[in-house]
Amino acid sequence: MTAPAVSTVSPVPTAPAAAPRPARYVEHVMGMPISLALRGRHTSDERARAAWADALAVLREADRVFSTYRPDSVISRLGRGELDERDCPPEVREVLAVGEAARRDSDGAFDVRRAGRLDPSGVVKGWAVERAAAALVTVPDTDFCLSAGGDLTCRTLHPDDAPWRIGVEDPRDPGRLVAVIPIRTGAVATSGAAHRAAHVVDARTGLPPSGLGSVTVIAPSLTVADVDATAAYALGPDAAGWLAARGRTGLVVAADGVTTVVG
Amino acid sequence: MRRILTWFLSTVAVVALLFGYKTSTGASATPTSDTVVAAPGTGSGASAGSGSGSTGTSGSTGSSASSGTSGGTGTTTYTGSVAQTRWGPVQVAITVAGGKITNVTVPQYPNGNGRDQQINASALPVLTKETISAQSASIDMVSGATVTSDGYVQSLQSALDQAGLA
Repeated sequence: MTAPAVSTVSPVPTAPAAAPRPARYVEHVMGMPISLALRGRHTSDERARAAWADALAVLREADRVFSTYRPDSVISRLGRGELDERDCPPEVREVLAVGEAARRDSDGAFDVRRAGRLDPSGVVKGWAVERAAAALVTVPDTDFCLSAGGDLTCRTLHPDDAPWRIGVEDPRDPGRLVAVIPIRTGAVATSGAAHRAAHVVDARTGLPPSGLGSVTVIAPSLTVADVDATAAYALGPDAAGWLAARGRTGLVVAADGVTTVVG
Repeated sequence: MRRILTWFLSTVAVVALLFGYKTSTGASATPTSDTVVAAPGTGSGASAGSGSGSTGTSGSTGSSASSGTSGGTGTTTYTGSVAQTRWGPVQVAITVAGGKITNVTVPQYPNGNGRDQQINASALPVLTKETISAQSASIDMVSGATVTSDGYVQSLQSALDQAGLA
């Protein structure tokens, strides 16, 4: 009996790209897809998976504390007046302080309290993802890009390595892009009409801003980028001017598709 | 026309902006300066921009002619000086026809070489002349307002993730 002639030669790999593709992970937390891309020494090993698990744990904990959909969350109880802000965990006070600063800076267009409701979601997302990324920062010799529903933070360790390339979704056609942002280390956040089911409104009027498609902000901190993108979007026609006055870098896409780079 | 020129020259010091003046609709947009946000006035124009850096553009349409070149039938392209921004040199050229800006190109922008490698915390969006599909853009992640779990399956981010799941 002759063994069939089986080729044991592996398929010839296709020509390598300039840089190897990053390893990717996806989970859903807080009703959002959480996407992670890793490149470098630890991309698919135990170290990488442990860091990913740690990052997800941070996000799930943030959801437990801050979710307005969970009646037993700290935020829900605080909103109903069952808790005093002074009795809340420090991270809740931190988030509320960020929200208060944004309210002040945006002349009230951004407000975590509106119509008697407490909803700090506009702060929590970026803040939580930034905290989650701390688990990835500790992974040696590894670059990461961590995104939660389109808001992301990334790092690149070696100055010779290519930046992460972030596509900015076209608000008129989410299947397409209006810009690409090459970024090594920092954060990118975008706010627009479809954000959490069109719930971004100008807190002063309760109405969604008119004339704007989306606002993208690039900043070292995702907490800052996310809050400023949302506040700028809520400001409507003033978005670009407001961002420029704050010295931010970003992209404003009008409802008709006209794009303005700020910075 | 004079207003356009005044506006354009005044941007020499503040061309830290790569603005996508036209989008895929290509409709006759009006060249009002409210589509432009000037960066804080850092960096003054360095060298005169005549024809310098006419290579390396991203998605330009080859109309980045040198300063003040007349293109016949009242079409003129103006190329600004190179402004040194914290991201690197930036240069803007506009084409004016019939008193309206008909095209904007960016002959020079920080493109990942040289001093751009010092950039760490910030980056500048590079606008696409036409909206582009993710497949042709070679991107790592998508930033957008519509990426929810409900819509994830159809999203660009989903396609990216599927392409490289560990």
